[in-house]
Parts: sequence; structure tokens; C-alpha cells
Amino acid sequence: MKITDIVKILDAQVVVGGEDMNYSINHGFASDLMSDVLTLEEEHLILITGLCNNQTIRTAEMANISVILFVRNKQVSEDMIELALENDIIILSCKYSMFKTVGLLYENGLEPVY
Amino acid sequence: MMHTEFTVVEGDFANAGKASSEIKKTLKQLNIDNQKIKKIVVAVYEAEVNAIAHAYGGTIYVDLDEEKICVLIKDKGPGIPDIARAMEKGFSTASAKVREMGFGAGMGLPNIKNNVDELDIQTEVGVGTEIKMIVNFNS
Repeated sequence: MKITDIVKILDAQVVVGGEDMNYSINHGFASDLMSDVLTLEEEHLILITGLCNNQTIRTAEMANISVILFVRNKQVSEDMIELALENDIIILSCKYSMFKTVGLLYENGLEPVY
Repeated sequence: MMHTEFTVVEGDFANAGKASSEIKKTLKQLNIDNQKIKKIVVAVYEAEVNAIAHAYGGTIYVDLDEEKICVLIKDKGPGIPDIARAMEKGFSTASAKVREMGFGAGMGLPNIKNNVDELDIQTEVGVGTEIKMIVNFNS
């Protein structure tokens, strides 16, 4: 699924864009627990989370995750934006709940990690 | 042989991950295998969060050569009374603040163990904890 498709499906905002927004992501992982995210071997995925702080970006950096999607209109701080830019991490944000977000992406073909 | 040190400040969650991030950049510049980099930085990041959350901060010593990276995290924190329990998945003494940061579910030490080739924990209650972890690049 292309990043641009994810934006369309979720009516999402691009908070921090990347050079190539047309590249495809196959897997999604949804969690607010960063230690859980840090156990993943899969890397080419989108992290869907309601946890919106520096640690979310740091976790993505350590786990080689290149796209983060915040649900429920979370406010992304300047610090987080700076960290994301520094590490080439794309940040998206949508207004839907985690449940609806995950449901829509699954329905449209995004696959789970497990 | 390369030696670097980082200071970790108690409660400084805004900067949790800074040391791991620097280590990652250095290893990338040295063209170390990506999977090996991920293993050590995930382990160091978890340990950094631990030092900030539980141990009144500490110092991270990094020694790097062609074959391996050795990271020692020393703190003057409360120590771990029961290591076996601390190594159990799901056992946690974390505060609400730590949980708000997305940690504190009792996965830190098990995560560290899963990612490193060698792990040694020395701890004394009321004195502090030393965690030494090694990842070999060629294994």
C-alpha cells in the first residue's frame, strides 16, 4: 500500500513528509507500548499508535521503522518533528480511533506482522 | 578501538535514546550489518530508558572494535533486589510516568537479553547496577 493511499483512506494529514511518498508499505503494527514495537524483526512497516512523544520517534529510529501514523488527532511537537526529519521518518496523523484506523487499513489490504 | 562515553540524566525522558542514536550513527558510518546495528541499539535504548526511569541516571561506556561492540551501563541507582524476577517478561516496578512514555511493561530486560550475544548484570541494592552487553559483528 502506497503512503499516498494510506493518506487518502484515512483522510490523514502529512505532518512530516518524505522524499518518496509513493513507495509501498506492506505491513502494519499497532501499539502504544514501545517495548513491544522494539521486539519486531519486520522493518518495512507502518507503526500505528496513540502514543505521541519523543519516545515514539526514538523507537521508530531504533527499530528502523520509516512511517509513523498517529491516531485521534494527536499533536506532534516541534521536537518530534525535528527528530523525525533527522532520521528520515515520515509522520502521518489522522482523526480516527485506533480501532477504525486499523480496520480501514486492514480492509484495504495492509497486512499484519503476525 | 574506539571508546565513547555518554551521561544519562535521571528523569530526562526528552533525551532518552540520544546515546543509542549516536551509537547507531557511528555503526552505520562503519558499515556494520544493519541487523547487528538494530540489535545493539534496541538493547542500549531499553537500558537507557531503564537508567532514566529507575536508576537516577548513569554513564554509558561504549567500546568498539572490528569484531564487536561492548556497552557498559553503570548507575548509582537502587539496584535490582531480585534479578530473576526482573528478567521475567511482564514483571515491572515502573512508575506511571514511565508507562506514559510507552515503557514499563516488564519487557526491557527480556528485550535486552534477546538482542545481545553476551549479557552480564551486576547489581547491589542501595549501591547500583552495571549492565554489560556485547554484540559480535561476525557471528
